[in-house]
Amino acid sequence: MLDDEVEYAFASDLMSDVLTLKTENMLLVTGLGNIQTIRTAEMSDINKILFVRRKKVTEEMKELAEDNDMLLIECNYSMFRTVGILYQAGLNPIY
Amino acid sequence: MHFEYTVQAGDFSNAGFASSQIKKVLKQLNVDTSVIKRVVVALYEAEVNIVAHAYEGIIYADIDDQKIVTRLIDKGPGIPDINQAMQEGFSTASPQVREMGFGAGMGLPNIKKNADNLQVTSKVGVGTEVKITVFFAA
Repeated sequence: MLDDEVEYAFASDLMSDVLTLKTENMLLVTGLGNIQTIRTAEMSDINKILFVRRKKVTEEMKELAEDNDMLLIECNYSMFRTVGILYQAGLNPIY
Repeated sequence: MHFEYTVQAGDFSNAGFASSQIKKVLKQLNVDTSVIKRVVVALYEAEVNIVAHAYEGIIYADIDDQKIVTRLIDKGPGIPDINQAMQEGFSTASPQVREMGFGAGMGLPNIKKNADNLQVTSKVGVGTEVKITVFFAA
């Protein structure tokens, strides 16, 4: 999965916003570090999540993510800094 | 096929369990992935609503070769004004619900967008029933 190409990214702490997306092959960037982040990704067919603002992945989150073959990344940068770097690197916005 | 799941209020750890189980069943049945997504997104929002607002609830799912019908029946405070609850942005969610990434008044409108048919009935002080139907064929 580390070799996967990702085309789109969406940054949000509001899972309801994530649940409105129809896009496939996207990276979720979020500062919401709890089990519902993983559940939301599961329902939305998202398998890559980048946690910003030093949010830590708990064991419970890790287990559920493993069940769903997800890639989780922890990042110490702010949301703004993170998405700036990703945008510059060529990741596309969904809208 | 018939499935039943119980949902406890405030149990955010398990919110989404029923939706997850249904997703697995629909995958096994080779239902189109975009249809599965509509089903589980609607069901998950409705499941979170029970955890967030009710005292307890039961989810019934009935699947045949053409459609899935889910009924979410809860015991809870009920919805005094369903039209108001259907409006995007209207929410009575607690700070705890917002911390979980919900409670922005998007749940019911998003359920409606994903469902082929949505029926919400509610009695104040008794509870709410949400019936979501999604057809498998486009």
